[in-house]
Order: sequence, then structure tokens, then C-alpha cells
Amino acid sequence: MTRPAPMIEVSNLDKFYGTFQALKNIDLTVHQGEKVVICGPSGSGKSTLIRCFNGLEWHNSGRLVIDGIEVYEGAKDIRELRQEVGMVFQQFNLFPHLTVLENLMIGPMKVRKIPKAQAEETARNYLDRVHIPEQADKYPAQLSGGQQQRVAIARSLCMETRIMLFDEPTSALDPEMINEVLDVMVELAETGMTMVVVTHEMGFARKVADTMVFMEAGQIVEISPPEQFFTQPSSERCRLFLDQILAH
Amino acid sequence: MSDLGISRSRGQALPKLPFHKRFFGSVPVSVAIYAIIVGLIAYGAYTGAQGMGYNWQWYRVPQFLYRNTEVGFEWGEIPIGLVATIKLSVTAFLLATAIGLLVALLRLSGLVIGAAVAVGYLELIRNIPLLVLLYLFYYVLGPIFGFDRYFASILTLAVFHSALISEILRAGINAIPAGQWEAAKSIGMSPYQTYLYIILPQSVRFMLPPMTGEVVHLIKSSAIVSVIAVAELTTFGRNIISDTYMSFEIWFTIALVYLVVTLILSIGVSHLEKKYAVDQ
Repeated sequence: MTRPAPMIEVSNLDKFYGTFQALKNIDLTVHQGEKVVICGPSGSGKSTLIRCFNGLEWHNSGRLVIDGIEVYEGAKDIRELRQEVGMVFQQFNLFPHLTVLENLMIGPMKVRKIPKAQAEETARNYLDRVHIPEQADKYPAQLSGGQQQRVAIARSLCMETRIMLFDEPTSALDPEMINEVLDVMVELAETGMTMVVVTHEMGFARKVADTMVFMEAGQIVEISPPEQFFTQPSSERCRLFLDQILAH
Repeated sequence: MSDLGISRSRGQALPKLPFHKRFFGSVPVSVAIYAIIVGLIAYGAYTGAQGMGYNWQWYRVPQFLYRNTEVGFEWGEIPIGLVATIKLSVTAFLLATAIGLLVALLRLSGLVIGAAVAVGYLELIRNIPLLVLLYLFYYVLGPIFGFDRYFASILTLAVFHSALISEILRAGINAIPAGQWEAAKSIGMSPYQTYLYIILPQSVRFMLPPMTGEVVHLIKSSAIVSVIAVAELTTFGRNIISDTYMSFEIWFTIALVYLVVTLILSIGVSHLEKKYAVDQ
């Protein structure tokens, strides 16, 4: 079996905020169709790392290549890259002055210059995929948190992205809404999308992940397949972390 | 719950407010107090004028509002002056908003030089009195660049108010959470597209109340151009008085006209605000 092409290649990546080193010597490769789940204690640099993947943060040294495009501050093709890389935020970040349908259509229409009728068709198609076609004409504030996050996922998908990044997508949700979002993410994983997910939902990770990454203090401490990660992690720190979040 | 020290059975009325609160809080009493105050002010003005032997000639005022002559109906000086004031204010406001947006964007650009230029401009304009600014534009810059008094007054008002407007715009833009910028970036929008489709439409809600205040302020401060004899409401008022010596009647009328215009504006915008509030 030949390994699919690498979609994300990170080597020797460092990131500083002033004198504070947020990311230290990160090496990571994500192949096409691979699902990577990143976990670790807060402040360990998980979010910072995936925010570097679409240029919301810039690394200070090392190399970062996404889908063949080298990412660095001032890169000319960064906007083309962002169209390939979808991002789902912890706080949803829907556009509150636009209806759900308009939220999904504005990117394709204004950025990709797709005609309105076609953009609407795509938008309705993806709303079906996230199971809320009936909410198309509502404003985000009229939806529940779970519904808002599913709209946010659909908004990214409408850009026909090749990679999806999830930054703690369920952390701001009420417990009873977490599963509806995770279900959509599992379905998305089944379509073969390349996904990098920062989350503490270990049930989701077990079901979907091809690779588990554990980070602490800006460094990758462990990279392993889930079966090994959950049963016999090689680092003591990772085992302690798992004990804590799986205690209940 | 008697253990909290409050014992009141269901449906039992709360204790009454003290008498003075109930008295001054009631609508008829408030209206009466208001009427008494207004009446006293009017009476004071009237007796004051009587005391100095002022000859009231209200019957001569309507001819400055409208006239029915042999050629037919024609507007008087006051409505013509009002239209001139509105034209002047609208032009100056549009220009002020354009300059203000530019200054606000410069300040938010993240460029050190941009922010420095914007802050310099802001502090310079804010700390020069409007009248001095007007003299500068009319007596100094006017002859240099060859523009007339009307253009000088539009520029003065636009520049003066652009400083305040840029601060309103900046506050409105800053009120939008950073997540909106990130979401727009993450779908590949340029900064220009983000401002146009995402940030500014949401900022309007925050900007509307202070911007109304600014328009009202601008209409009122436009009266100052009467010192360089630009044709507008206040200048016409001065001209009428120098012809008729009816200072009390004309200034009261002019004040009333400004009041009516700015009130209409405020009421209109508060309706707009309600509409925006419902949409969100």
C-alpha cells in the first residue's frame, strides 16, 4: 500500500510570543485523508499550532508546508491557502448580521466568485449534510450552540476545503449538544477529509483518529496510533493526563 | 423563608415606596413640574423684555417664512436659509465621514507611520477652536489654494468633525470581536472584503447613536460660518435683524428651526436603531 501524499508537513517549527516560547521544535506530518487528534493540557500550544496551519498565527522559525504551499508571514498565496484549509472555532464565530444561508454563501460568492444560484445550491446541500436544512433563513443568535457549530462546519465546507482544522469545537457547548456536533464530524471523517482536531473528546478520538498527538509546554511529547496511545502511552506525562481526563 | 429573615406569604403586596418617591415619580406631578419650569422661563423672558421696553412684533415674522405676492407663493429667507444650512451640513458630513474613515483605518492599520499620522491629525484638529480653524481655512489657506468662502466653510466643518467621527468609527470597528476577523480570514477574505461585508455592517449598530449626535453637533456648529458671511440660516437671521431690529423674535424663531430639525433627526435615527436591534 502506498502512503498518500503529505498534506501538512511541519519541521523544526518554533513560535514565540515575545520571549515566551509557545511552540518548540515541532515535527509533524499529516497525510491526505488522515485524521489527527491533538490533546494536552491548556496552554500546551495545541491551538497555537493549528492556528499556524492557516496563517492566523505565524511561526518564527522552521518550515511549514500545507498542500504544497509554504506558509510564512507575508506569503503571497496565503489567501489561496486559506480557501483550501477550513477552520472551526471554539466560539463558532458565525457572522451575526447574516442569515445561516448567507453565512454559508458569502465565502464562495465573494472569495471564490461563484454565481449566487450555484452558491445557494452548495450551501443548501451542506446544510443537509449537517442536518439543519430547516434553519437556513434564521439568524445565528436564534440557533442553539450545537446548531451554530454545525453551521460553522458547513460554512467551512462550502469553500470546498481539502483540510479541516477544529479548535476545541465542542468546548463551548452544553453537554447535550456535544454529540450532535461530534456526529457531524464523524460523518465528515468518513468522507475521507483530512482533519486535524484539537479536542478532549476521547470517545471521538478513539472512533475517528488515525494518529493521536499529545502536547505539553509547546512540545509534542507523543505521537502514536490510538490503540497504543490509550493503552500503553510511552510517556509518563501522557499517561497521567489520560488518567485525569478519563477518570469519570 | 423565615430563616432568611423575610416572611411574606404568596400574593402579599410588597411594602409601599416612601411618599416622596411615589409623589415625584407619578406622571401628572412630573408633567406639572415641567410645565411650571417652562412657564417660569417664558414669563422671565417676557417680563425681562417688557422691563427694557422691548417692542414685540411677532406679526412681522411670518413674512420671513413665506410670502404671497402678486407673482404667487414664495418662500421667505428663513426656509431658504434652512435649505442652505442642510446642504452645507450634508456636504460637510459626507466629506467628514470619508476623511474620518480614512483616519480611523490608518490608525487601525497596524502600521506605525499610519497610526502616527492619524494620532497627529486627531490631536491637531481637536485642539484648535472651530472658529480659529475657520479663519485659517478662509483667510490663510483660501487665498493660497484659491477657494471661496463656501468651500472654505465646508472644508472647515468637514475637517473639524472628521476628527470626532474617526474616533466614533474606530470605536465601532473595535467593538467587533476578534473572532469575526479570524472567521473572515479563515474563509480567505481580504482585509477589504472583511471590512466591507463583515465588520462595517456590524459596526453600524454601535456607530448609529454617536453618529447622530455628531450630525446634530455639525448642523449646530455650521452656524459659525455666518462670521464669514456664507449664506445659511444664521447669516440670514443676522441679515433680517439688521433690516428690522427684531432680535428677540428672529433669534427665537431661528433657534426653534434648529431645534425642530435636530429633533426630527434624533427621532428618525432612534427608529432606525430599533429596526437594527430587531434584526440582530
